[in-house]
Amino acid sequence: MPLNRPTPMHERCDILIIGAGPAGMAAALAAAPSGAAITVVDDNPQPGGQIWRDGPQVALPPLAQQHRAALAQHANIRVLTGTRVVGLGARQPTDKAPALLLEDADRGWTQHSHRIILCTGARELLLPFPGWTLPGVTGAGALQALIKAGLDVRGQRIVIAGTGPLLLAAAATATQAGATVVRIAEQAAWAALAGFAAQLPRWPAKALQALTLLNTGVRANTHVLEAQGTTQVQSVRLRQGAHAEETIACDRVACGFGLVPNTQLGQLLGCALGGPLSNGQGLAVDAQMRTTVPGVLAAGENTGFGGSERALVQGAIAGHTAAGHVQQAQALRGQLARWEGFAQALQTSFVLNEQLKALPRADTLVCRCEDVAYADLAPRQGWIDAKLHTRCGMGACQGRICGAATQHLFGWTPAAPRHLLAPARIATLAACGGPAPEDPGAAPPG
Amino acid sequence: MQTTDVLVIGAGIVGATCAHALALAGLSVRVIDARLGGATAAGMGHLVVMDDNPAELALSKSSLDLWHTWAPQMDAGCAFTACGTLWIAANEEELQAAHAKRATLQTQGIACDMLDAAALARAEPALRPGLAGALKVRGDSVVYAPRAAQWLLDQAAAHGKVVFEQAEATQIDGHTVTLRDGSQRSAGAIVLASGIQAPQLCPGLPLRPKKGHLVITDRYPGTVHHQLVELGYITSAHHSDGTSVAFNVQPRPTGQLLIGSSREFDTTDPAIHRAVLARMLQRALTYLPGLADLNAVRTWTGFRAATPDSLPIIGPHPTHPHLWLAVGHEGLGVTTAPATAQLLAAQITGGTPLIDPSPYAAQRFALQVAA
Amino acid sequence: MTYTSNTPRTVQIAVNGVPRQVPAGTSVAAALAQQPPGTTRTSVTGQLRAPLCGMGVCHECRVRIQGRIRLACQTVCAEGMAIDTDAGNAPGSAMPCP
Repeated sequence: MPLNRPTPMHERCDILIIGAGPAGMAAALAAAPSGAAITVVDDNPQPGGQIWRDGPQVALPPLAQQHRAALAQHANIRVLTGTRVVGLGARQPTDKAPALLLEDADRGWTQHSHRIILCTGARELLLPFPGWTLPGVTGAGALQALIKAGLDVRGQRIVIAGTGPLLLAAAATATQAGATVVRIAEQAAWAALAGFAAQLPRWPAKALQALTLLNTGVRANTHVLEAQGTTQVQSVRLRQGAHAEETIACDRVACGFGLVPNTQLGQLLGCALGGPLSNGQGLAVDAQMRTTVPGVLAAGENTGFGGSERALVQGAIAGHTAAGHVQQAQALRGQLARWEGFAQALQTSFVLNEQLKALPRADTLVCRCEDVAYADLAPRQGWIDAKLHTRCGMGACQGRICGAATQHLFGWTPAAPRHLLAPARIATLAACGGPAPEDPGAAPPG
Repeated sequence: MQTTDVLVIGAGIVGATCAHALALAGLSVRVIDARLGGATAAGMGHLVVMDDNPAELALSKSSLDLWHTWAPQMDAGCAFTACGTLWIAANEEELQAAHAKRATLQTQGIACDMLDAAALARAEPALRPGLAGALKVRGDSVVYAPRAAQWLLDQAAAHGKVVFEQAEATQIDGHTVTLRDGSQRSAGAIVLASGIQAPQLCPGLPLRPKKGHLVITDRYPGTVHHQLVELGYITSAHHSDGTSVAFNVQPRPTGQLLIGSSREFDTTDPAIHRAVLARMLQRALTYLPGLADLNAVRTWTGFRAATPDSLPIIGPHPTHPHLWLAVGHEGLGVTTAPATAQLLAAQITGGTPLIDPSPYAAQRFALQVAA
Repeated sequence: MTYTSNTPRTVQIAVNGVPRQVPAGTSVAAALAQQPPGTTRTSVTGQLRAPLCGMGVCHECRVRIQGRIRLACQTVCAEGMAIDTDAGNAPGSAMPCP
């Protein structure tokens, strides 16, 4: 510690924004002219979320650069990168929103605010298959993220599999980074891909993106069967259609099956789910981006899948609402409707093939944190029953990976988070149990 | 309607050991459990000889002996580890208490040694300097209780007539138990072993919930080697009526650290109480300062079922015919389940109890006859 | 990233005690992957693991940096950073005292 003054255990702002992707940045910029004290928190080393992820191998698109520059120009916007919400904090009577427990690499503290805007985005749906735990097997968006962060894939043979537009984007990133994308195995049928491609020209920027994303290695109706190797992946078996199988030697397998909204923090706060573009699994918001919890708003992919354009508009509406700019929020409704229309149309049937549920073998791990195998979970009645018999979901990822996997495999609904959202240092939990000392009249803790 | 010799309500560690003892005694047993999880799934699984009073000592020692006979047969999932307990003395006064405890335990033939400050520092380098010493109880162990309960039920089914049914009991009437779906089961005897839920089926049972918090860390192998408990634990556990915390840390075979303990009376709210959790962790940090930088991966709470004198109730209900009680084990349910089962089975079958059952008899409380 | 003339093009780190140079701005996960298989940890049953999700969700990329467990995919290599993966440590090596 360079200085001797104690680090504060309580910090305050007017508007707290969780996530510095397009939605979070737009929210901060919309609220900034009000003069409100705005804090934006993101657990990545740089702002940008997934789509605008920065890194040593990245040329940021102009729009991303503009947003980053604009953030830096406002003295009342503070961006805390490398900072994560680990749970709820002890709220004070003067707070108009719940308090959150935050942690970075050095310290933990309770963050108080009057408005919280959740811009936590989405994660990939990662489903278990034999060999998925081998080093070298990642998600598809994961491969993009790792490459952007400096992963050297020059000369590597990569098989990309799973479902959705993210496969093509990952293939483009990998190819540009010098890898050979040997195959793109899309589990949906050609009709779905064709339907998706047919919608793209309606969407101004996306048609251009699509052209750069087309790849002759695409096989539809093809899904992964098994990743093979000893200490790392060396080959992957794929099935096309009902019977045809092939084995491809490769250095990496990047396999993701679409997106899951990151609703854990919202659920911990008590927000209802129901976002329309997310099969009802995203955070439910009204026209002003308010969730069902007073003081808490949400914007972006955590409310449903609509792409970065929609996220930007939602973020701006949320920022205006949080700052009390009712008219400015209203004025954006037309734009939002337009992007939502596109998003609805783009919701093609990248429906998951039932065969994917049969991929795991008895010994295929489903919970990777606690090494719980498929055979131990298949006889269980549900999420709670699984926890009485196994340690599924009790590990570091707080059930994020296995919760989504068991929901897909067995139809179980994972339990909402109850205290910790992420591993938190003992020092943080020991220090952040009660109200700030400068508020002697504060409510009893807990 | 179906009939069996004994119907056991509750398949936690106490119910499972009772079913096991009864089945091995040749009785036909039906075990029902609502599969909602209770103290067995929430506790530390610390098998510890406790000497607060002779009855507690007899029950825990007898149980530990039984655990050790089972240990070689239990499967790997039960994770039985004979790591021993170190009762930590922070000062001279506690060191005297440790000596007294050693004397008591040795009268029962329990292997234990005194460690002075230097020996303690060698045994557990992660403890802060300046502690006075510790009492090491070598036979104390750790078991993963939910799997142990399942192992006991599996053993019972392998050696006797046992049926398990996932169901919630809603009423007990003489020989008959009514389930949530309205159906009924009958048995010659009914054993109530459903922990803090028991008063719902037997109003008037003097059980109070004592809420506890636990934290488990990520894997840090080699940090701690024994279960570490402060000697002030005893005071916290049994004498205070308010909220109390005590230092209690267990090394799991995975290298994770399990950190306790706290006690709050009369709340049934399962939510983490941040302030109590903070106090508990602050207490732990005064013994293991290095914990500060370790990651907590999961936190949870559980409810111990406490009786007014902190001894369990094992034996026949004084007024309800055919009803037997195995409840109120507070923080020692996993430890004392084996002797509980042995006592109960002996009383049901007319066999010889290994220890005197009278300190745990329900008659010691003026139980109301439920309407 | 924009590079000025003062920005180092590489940083020196150590992985399990072995020094290495990596391009400035590289994440710890990417740096570890330079030596295939890019293992970050050993699972509770002894399997070698490496990053899965790349975005701080799966916690497979937990490594020890200066005494604290951190996610490699969300940590940028810094000059002098000492990174320890637990690959090679047998799980459950907290054996009870005899």
